[in-house]
Amino acid sequence: MARPPAPTAPLELFGTDALIGEEDRAIRDTVRRFVEDRIRPEIGEWYDTGSLPARDLAKELGQLGVLGMHLEGYGCAGTSGTAYGLACMELEAGDSGLRSLVSVQGSLAMFAIWKHGSEEQKQEWLPRMAAGEAIGCFGLTEPDFGSNPAGMRTRARRDGDDWVLTGNKMWITNGSVADVAVVWAQTDDRIRGFVVPTDTPGFSAPEIKRKLSLRASVTSELVLDEVRLPGSAVLPEVAGLSGPLSCLNEARYGIVFGALGAARDCLETTIRYAQDRQIFDRSLASYQLTQAKLADMTLELGKGMLLALHLGRLKDEERLAPEQVSLGKLNNVREAIAIARECRTILGAAGITTEYPVMRHANNLESVLTYEGTSEVHQLVIGKAVTGEAAFR
Amino acid sequence: MNIVVCVKYVPDAQAERTFNASDNTTDRENVDGLLSELDEYAVEAALKLVEAGEGEVTVVTVGPDQAADAIKKALQMGADKGVHVKDDAIHGSDAIATSLVLAEAIKKIGSPDLVVTGMASTDGTMGVVPTMLAERLGLPAVTYASELTVDGAKATIRRDGDVSTQTIEATLPALISVTDQINEPRYPSFKGIMAAKKKPVEEWSLADLGVEAGQVGLDAAWTKVEAFAARPPRSQGEIVTDEGDGGKKLAEFLASRKFI
Repeated sequence: MARPPAPTAPLELFGTDALIGEEDRAIRDTVRRFVEDRIRPEIGEWYDTGSLPARDLAKELGQLGVLGMHLEGYGCAGTSGTAYGLACMELEAGDSGLRSLVSVQGSLAMFAIWKHGSEEQKQEWLPRMAAGEAIGCFGLTEPDFGSNPAGMRTRARRDGDDWVLTGNKMWITNGSVADVAVVWAQTDDRIRGFVVPTDTPGFSAPEIKRKLSLRASVTSELVLDEVRLPGSAVLPEVAGLSGPLSCLNEARYGIVFGALGAARDCLETTIRYAQDRQIFDRSLASYQLTQAKLADMTLELGKGMLLALHLGRLKDEERLAPEQVSLGKLNNVREAIAIARECRTILGAAGITTEYPVMRHANNLESVLTYEGTSEVHQLVIGKAVTGEAAFR
Repeated sequence: MNIVVCVKYVPDAQAERTFNASDNTTDRENVDGLLSELDEYAVEAALKLVEAGEGEVTVVTVGPDQAADAIKKALQMGADKGVHVKDDAIHGSDAIATSLVLAEAIKKIGSPDLVVTGMASTDGTMGVVPTMLAERLGLPAVTYASELTVDGAKATIRRDGDVSTQTIEATLPALISVTDQINEPRYPSFKGIMAAKKKPVEEWSLADLGVEAGQVGLDAAWTKVEAFAARPPRSQGEIVTDEGDGGKKLAEFLASRKFI
């Protein structure tokens, strides 16, 4: 059977482009082209070999203006929150590892300094980080403390004017390639954030290998062995868990869009595959069971996109509540991984190699499902919002 | 150094391109358009020259309302200002009329040190406008540059031919057309995208340029598309069955098509 005339792409069917301003679309299109030109030809190889040229990519992303793009001043582009979300979507259509690099740089490390840092800390780090000349990481999670960061064991003690940090952080994206780490530690008083140059004696960041997910991403442990820092290293403007949580909220917002990028890439790849693949005497796309799957996936992708754009609008109006970010992160990652897995069933055996992006995205989304707040934690956040009862423990 | 870059808004080559049935002109209404890819090299070349010294880059286009997108893209890449010549009478113009309108627009912009163009448009692909434009402006035309340097009042280009590579010099002011080998056009940066909307774009009509409507358009064109037909779908290739002489047959086929 001949290919049907001019099929409509899933998101085109929803007409979501009409909800996006011209400038945000131009930014999105630029990132899309960058990903097509620079990432797509290489990503299968990077994933396969478990490597990522993070330093080179950071410089290229910095030139575009992706790093810390929605922050104002200090060399940052100062785009809308919606544009930031759309950029995350295009990056993650390339690979979740690439989006993770950008999320951690912009929304965690840079945002922490931009929001809670001293003027000196901002001047020292933000322009170089925006340009991709310096890479940042963010140390909150510990081996035994993920969903319960308040229990962290990393300690910062005062010694004269200095601070001395001791402890371990785990699952830290960009850790081994970072020039600066924003590290959260318990003090005698409350949890505080510290700006730690990674060449400080006592700091090391061994890379975590043998991953089956986010293979094109640098993941590390941070070891802080009596790391001595001047008094000026502390983030002066925040104390308590609200500091790191404010940063996580930014990064989660990017994931609301990002996960849909991975899902879109899976679905578009799968539609093309189903059109070309002949089974018995006609295309796989012409079978009703295939179409039922494609229709359901199109629906979830479009619904997720409408939710993401709605949250983007709220963010741009400075009305976005953390619970609303939880709605987006829970739904869109959950649906994205469901789409990736369903797409794999249509690709059959072809879906399990790096020739097609589908299983790579599915494996990556396994990490995205639990990092930056597990699905279960986001369920509890939403549960608390609608019942008034906190059920975290 | 002040540079004018001529750019064209063309139908996206990735989309299905066609002609208008009524007058056989290029259909620009029903196809998404963009800045001609070959013109991105011209914009990049101009930006590099200005960034290395001083001056400004003005982009000029002749085309319908949507052609503003081509100017915007060049402004997002870093050009300083734009000129959009649009007039219903221009519809259907050939290269001769296009070069007339461009020449008058460039005269009105001022006296640039350099006029930079792409080597051809990606829709018409005639590649004659640069030379015609230079003639009208009385400038030396140095075309198909795959390398360009400017030193004082002297521009030097490298032109790669099939049998030789030429180094050509011209004194400024001059017109240079560039090939797709000259550089790697930049992506518009986010700051560039956001700054572009504040950059000035002037819209001029034929009257603003002192060009008569009768000098341009389909009726004045020296060349016209008389008829068009869609290219027939590709026929299936020839299958060589190997009966012990597969290699020989393959070689004969390639030789018959002058591949070897």
